[in-house]
Amino acid sequence: MPGAPFAQAMFNGVVIGVLIRYYVLKRDYRQYPSYPHGVLTHLSLGFIAAVIGSIAIPALMEKEFTAVTFLALAATQFREVRDMERIMLLNLDQTSLVSRGADYIEGIARIFEARNYIVMFTSLLVGGATYWGNIFYGWLAGILAFLFSQKLMGGKIIKEIAKIREGRVHFEGASLYVEQIQIMNLGTAEVRETYLQRALGVIIEPLDDNGRATLANNGQRMAIAYDAAALLGIYKDTDTGEFMPILRRDLDTGRVAMVIVPLERDIHFLIEAVKRVPVLESAYVTPLRSSIGRKAAD
Amino acid sequence: MGNREVEIDKFILAVVVEEGQRDRVGGCGTPVFYAENQEEQDKIATYLARITSGVIHDLENGVYIIVRH
Repeated sequence: MPGAPFAQAMFNGVVIGVLIRYYVLKRDYRQYPSYPHGVLTHLSLGFIAAVIGSIAIPALMEKEFTAVTFLALAATQFREVRDMERIMLLNLDQTSLVSRGADYIEGIARIFEARNYIVMFTSLLVGGATYWGNIFYGWLAGILAFLFSQKLMGGKIIKEIAKIREGRVHFEGASLYVEQIQIMNLGTAEVRETYLQRALGVIIEPLDDNGRATLANNGQRMAIAYDAAALLGIYKDTDTGEFMPILRRDLDTGRVAMVIVPLERDIHFLIEAVKRVPVLESAYVTPLRSSIGRKAAD
Repeated sequence: MGNREVEIDKFILAVVVEEGQRDRVGGCGTPVFYAENQEEQDKIATYLARITSGVIHDLENGVYIIVRH
């Protein structure tokens, strides 16, 4: 029989759940999700997740078993969140000057889905704790669940798998090089002159074999190019394909070189931008964790 | 990615060659533009690249190709 503790548990769970959804809904330099409608969509979904999460344990205690089936229903809903984000970002990607690439988009979509599960999980604990104890226990459970999920969700960034430094941009004949890594062949003296005057080169040196394998992933390289271009601006329009930021790999060492023609020509901030690019979940591989990988490394 | 547009990718859209290097290009299918001198070659290639959203590559033998990437 739902009584006062039931209502209290549910209310507490919903409030904390929505607050957490709002907190993890970071709108950062990528300007995503867009304000206000993208934000509203995700807050509403967060609210639904919080409601479902917070009633689960009290409902079980009251022997209302049907309520628990809602959890399964919610999981289906949130899988759709991932699809929604993926489809939208893929569509937008076609019209942007520098594309994010499918891997980066999949990563973003996955995060949006996972954050709803965090909300549901938190509300579940808060609802349960409030029902058993009181509001104070509920808030405590909420904070603990939040800290735990933050730890769980903290992804790596490029700085942790590689060393980034400036590389000299130069031409040998018509071939563009960053140090000894060949980037591409470019025609007309005018374009080459623009590159020599405006372009910046960066060398990304993997720290170990794990980093080398991760940087070999093309999607990861597109993500680096996208973030660098988003932060420093790009000297390019739709009809000047030659100024596309490009990352190429040195086959011998696994180093990756990037060349970009930014609007803000500042190597310090370019290096900072590259350092903070997230390592994509789909690109991150750890051959060194297997015995074969370890033995092959030396 | 089912709804992505189909585009011509890594495809030579045009060849721009200096008059004296005519013999270095052969075959058919790709339009070939002849230029009086290197200055004109640069100009034609730039126009074509802008119009087709292609990139100019220099084969370093007097032949430029415009490629869609």
